[in-house]
Amino acid sequence: MLWAVVAPPAPCPANLRRPRRARAVPESPGTPSEAGTVVSVPRSLPGPPRSPPVLPPRRRTRCHATRTSQERALRQGARARRDTRWRFAAVPACGAMAEEEDLAAAAAGSGSESEEGEDGERRHRQLLEAISALSGRKRRKLAERSEASGQVSEFNVTCKGAGEKLVLSELLQPIHPKSTLGSVRKELARVKRKAAVELPLSKEEAKRVVREAAYVTTSKDVGKWQQVVLQNRRAEQLVFPLRQDIATVTPLERATSAWKARTPLEQEIFGLLHKTQQPITDPLLTAEEMASVQAMSLEEARHRRAELQKARAVQSYYEAKARRAKRIKSKKYHRMLKKSRRRQALKEFEQLHKSDPAAALARLEELEQLRMQERMSLKHQSKGKWARSRAIMAKYDLEARKAMQEQLARNKELMQKVRVEPPEEEPCELPEGDTPALPVPTGASAANPWMLGKPNGPATEPEAQEGPRDDTVPDAVENKDEMEEEELSEEEALLQDFEQKRRERTGILQGHSEEHGADETEPGAEQPRDSPVPPACSEELGDSPVPSVCAEELVSAGLELPPQAQEQLLLSEQLHHVQTMEDMENLAKEEFVEEQEKLVAPRAGKQAQQQEAGRAGDRHTKKTTTKRKMISLEAVLDGKPQEMDCPSLPVVLEEEEGGMEQRGMITEAFAGDDVVADFRREKRKAEEAAKPRPVNLVLPGWGEWGGTGLKPSTRKIKRFLIKPPPAPPRKDRHLPHVILSEKRNIHAAAHQVSELPFPFEQHQQFEQSMRTPVGSTWNTQRAFQKLTAPRVITRTGHIIQPISAEDVPDTAPGSGARLGGEAMPGRKAVLRGKAVPKGKAVPKGKAVEGKAAGGKAQPQHRRAR
Amino acid sequence: MRVKVLSRNPDDYVRETKLDLQRVPRNYDPALHPFEVAREYTRALNATKLERVFAKPFLSSLDGHRDGVNCMAKHPKSLSTVLSGACDGEVKIWNLTRRQCIRTIQAHEGFVRGMCARFCGTSFFTVGDDKTVKQWKMESPEYGEEEEPIHTILGKTVYTGIDHHWKEPVFATCGHQVDIWDEQRTSPKCSLTWGFDSISSVKFNPIETYLLGSCASDRNIVLYDMRKSTPLKKVILNMRTNTLCWNPMEAFIFTAANEDYNLYTFDMRFLESPVMVHMDHVSAVLDVDYSPTGKEFVSASFDKSIRIFPVDKGHSREVYHTKRMQHVITVKWTSDNKYILCGSDEMNIRLWKANASEKLGVLAPREKAAMNYNQKLKEKFQFHPQIRRIAQHRHLPKSIYCQIKEQRIMREARRRKYVFLFIPSHPNPILSYPCSATVAAVYGSGRAPLSI
Repeated sequence: MLWAVVAPPAPCPANLRRPRRARAVPESPGTPSEAGTVVSVPRSLPGPPRSPPVLPPRRRTRCHATRTSQERALRQGARARRDTRWRFAAVPACGAMAEEEDLAAAAAGSGSESEEGEDGERRHRQLLEAISALSGRKRRKLAERSEASGQVSEFNVTCKGAGEKLVLSELLQPIHPKSTLGSVRKELARVKRKAAVELPLSKEEAKRVVREAAYVTTSKDVGKWQQVVLQNRRAEQLVFPLRQDIATVTPLERATSAWKARTPLEQEIFGLLHKTQQPITDPLLTAEEMASVQAMSLEEARHRRAELQKARAVQSYYEAKARRAKRIKSKKYHRMLKKSRRRQALKEFEQLHKSDPAAALARLEELEQLRMQERMSLKHQSKGKWARSRAIMAKYDLEARKAMQEQLARNKELMQKVRVEPPEEEPCELPEGDTPALPVPTGASAANPWMLGKPNGPATEPEAQEGPRDDTVPDAVENKDEMEEEELSEEEALLQDFEQKRRERTGILQGHSEEHGADETEPGAEQPRDSPVPPACSEELGDSPVPSVCAEELVSAGLELPPQAQEQLLLSEQLHHVQTMEDMENLAKEEFVEEQEKLVAPRAGKQAQQQEAGRAGDRHTKKTTTKRKMISLEAVLDGKPQEMDCPSLPVVLEEEEGGMEQRGMITEAFAGDDVVADFRREKRKAEEAAKPRPVNLVLPGWGEWGGTGLKPSTRKIKRFLIKPPPAPPRKDRHLPHVILSEKRNIHAAAHQVSELPFPFEQHQQFEQSMRTPVGSTWNTQRAFQKLTAPRVITRTGHIIQPISAEDVPDTAPGSGARLGGEAMPGRKAVLRGKAVPKGKAVPKGKAVEGKAAGGKAQPQHRRAR
Repeated sequence: MRVKVLSRNPDDYVRETKLDLQRVPRNYDPALHPFEVAREYTRALNATKLERVFAKPFLSSLDGHRDGVNCMAKHPKSLSTVLSGACDGEVKIWNLTRRQCIRTIQAHEGFVRGMCARFCGTSFFTVGDDKTVKQWKMESPEYGEEEEPIHTILGKTVYTGIDHHWKEPVFATCGHQVDIWDEQRTSPKCSLTWGFDSISSVKFNPIETYLLGSCASDRNIVLYDMRKSTPLKKVILNMRTNTLCWNPMEAFIFTAANEDYNLYTFDMRFLESPVMVHMDHVSAVLDVDYSPTGKEFVSASFDKSIRIFPVDKGHSREVYHTKRMQHVITVKWTSDNKYILCGSDEMNIRLWKANASEKLGVLAPREKAAMNYNQKLKEKFQFHPQIRRIAQHRHLPKSIYCQIKEQRIMREARRRKYVFLFIPSHPNPILSYPCSATVAAVYGSGRAPLSI
């Protein structure tokens, strides 16, 4: 027998929810299972795989047929259930007379307690009718009521619910009130309570069930990785290997500890090594080395090492200092150094004089010797080859001049007589001019400039020549100058000669002040000063005045302007004129140019050019006017056919009854906007925009004066305003109602993205992504690094192990809390939907596991047996 | 008193090497650096061209086998060591840095069907046509020792594949059934069967190590759980699956190399349909191996080429072939994600770069930065037709090229027929064409009808 379980489609009272049996409906294997409908696969057949929820279309028609039969069965089932409900309503009221009650209820169509009084009459009538029927020609045998039946109609036709099987409790109902049958009832209840032992599943099926349960739990286990996987897929950057452990290097001894010499060669080598007592385990020191190490005590060695270190440090310090000092280029520094050295020497000499007069005398002798040598050799005078060359160079070169001066100073220095006389005698030496400038800076003499030697330091002379100190010179000095002039050595004379010549060259115009200046220089204002002026300063003073004087001259002497300047000035004027009024200026300019450039400029060309420019200007204005005219004409011309050209609208209107009226209405409604004219305007604009424009390459200020208020010459404009070739005729020139845009560049289109690529949803997004540059040209270093960070980073030579629970950052090892915490519900939902097929038989015992695992994944229909 | 001092970061003005140009403070005003899109486009174009110019993936060929290479195994602890087994039963151990064979073992009579290294790298296992499982030491025998396996297990049937557990001393073999062995015992710990077909390959899941996947010649892929010693579920495909490989970074993802020229990536929780179908090969796919980063995999095919697929893309990003390379039987992606090894019929193992245009060796920081920048540019402008055309261009041997064309036509015809027969009124027939990958995913053993 085939049975199907009917589950109530709608919620019904709890007492009614119990298994009812309905006649099975033959079911095709491909029937889709619907929630809460009859579904159970015949047990005897081997379970076919469940068909997918959506059927391939080929099967649809067949499916439809089966569905109708199924629906029929459903309806039947529902009817049966309705009947049972009626019965349940009736039974408790009627008690022992249940059958009759049911009978009556079935006949009346609805059982009701109110009609209880009339029951007798009715039954009587029925009886009579039955009897009459018996007597009639339709003699039909009444069905024998041998056992309690649910519904038996008086027409001897089994009622709808007749097919149902009896339920034990229904039988027991009538017994209920009778206490005598209590024991029977109890026994029956006990029998009922005892669940029948289920048949063991077939081996195949049992395996399947186990598999299913195992699959559910396993996929749940694996599902805990869901979150990690998603995170890794979405990650901006992944660094592999996931666990960065530091590689440890095992020492060589440990690595080789297990190694043994096996081959004969190895053994031989080993033997040799052992014979010479080479260290094997600790390869640092041999025996001898160890012995030598032990020979020297540690303390001693340390001490020695410290000493050595110190010595080395001091030495290096001094070396560094010397190197530094050597590298100093400052002349001032060297001068100071020299002086200090000299001073030191003097001091030493003094001391020597005090302590050991004999030694001092010897020293003096030495100096005297030096002086003699100098005087004899005249090494430091201007006679030598070098000095002569310098003398020639000195005319032009400041350096050479300075070198010569230095040499002279040296000469003087060497030639000085070293004196040990007391300072009282010094003044008497002054007129001689041989007084030492340097070695006698004693306290008393330093304060008094007159006490010092001859004040004609050649180093001071050039500075003072054009210096601003002219006014400070005392008058008294001049006399002295004259006096001293003769005393000048010939070198100085030579130098002064150079200077004079130079001055003559530079300042020819300052005729009257020349001699005066020359005179002024001699008595250096710095004479009283002990130290000479630093060379840098002298340079400044020496160089700067010349150009400044020149500029002044140029500015002041307006009469003798050089020819270039004159030309420029004129040109600028001309330009200025052009700026104000065009036509007038053009003419004026022409005349002016004619006048001016009779001698120099290619007059005719320019004139022609300017004329052309003027003409061009005229033409331009003319053109614009004509163009305007043309356009207006066109507009007029187009305006007329405008009504004729688009007659579709009026024609249609005219065909209608109130054509004119409507037209009027429309014109009234759209009185404000003239669509056609608008369009025309638009088209004109498009045409204008599409016209090629001239390229302006004029650079103001090139080859002529530039500046505010100046305009490049027309010639230049003409030359550098490049007119493009006329555009090809427009495609829509014969189509007055059409604008064909010719903007699209086919050549560029080949390089452009034609359709929106996948991850982007809007054009703007894509364009934005293109527009933001990534390169370091546009981004700071850090941003650049961030923007160009690679997706996956691997380390060379590192093995990448598969991910494990310890690699997941948020997970404490072993807890697995983060792993798949939130992944569960989603996965569960999917499981419910997909993984567990509906209608699959799962027996009670196993279903518990299914419930625990998959929540509602447990199948709802259980097989009843 | 406050002393104001100018302080500058030496990084801003100190150059990296003496030969460098002096560093100059930059002005990033966009007005000073116009035409950024055009300039970057040009750079991207150049980078793409250079990438193609430098794409020379083939590094070397390891020759020495006297028969076709049937299987390979990676050393779990050493990047420079790789093992290979040939069809004549010979096993060779190679040193990749020296590109030399360092050891040769005559391991089996007949094919070496499968091999795997122990997780600690001290020994390895081989199975062969002589119905034996042998365990070998990774180190070569000492002086005077003979080349002998540590253990030999004699089985009743031929074993066709072997894989070792990732953490425990357990390994699995396959043949008529999937056997799980303890290393210490000579009989399997448990045998897992489902149906009676021969199983061609078995693989342990590297993350959830109790999981196994196998593929049998009755067109199905079966998953097992070692803890419960039970099969879990099987997927029946249209054609036979040759190998499968688990993703080393995503526990539930595996990819199956199928006879129908495609590869199928499945999520083991939802086996009803594959996550992605990877198609580009023009003949049966024989082997597949994941990159250790889990982002890509490499597949070896009977069409004499290997292809690299991104996991989430349906088509390959790279195809490698040489004139002399025949049917590629086995392929491996090295554990440092840099190289690919493939063993083929004509007795050679070939070493390829995983990234064809990558520069090998140490990169200077600036070089690295430039490389990253170029990569980014290529990524940014990948949709532009000119760049795409250059980046996508690959040379193919004529046979593959023609077959691709032919198959395109066939596929088109099949789709047209389908649309004609079943959905005449479908607005977009292309979209309605079903993916004919999975026939069924079942717990039961019933045969499902063939899908279209």
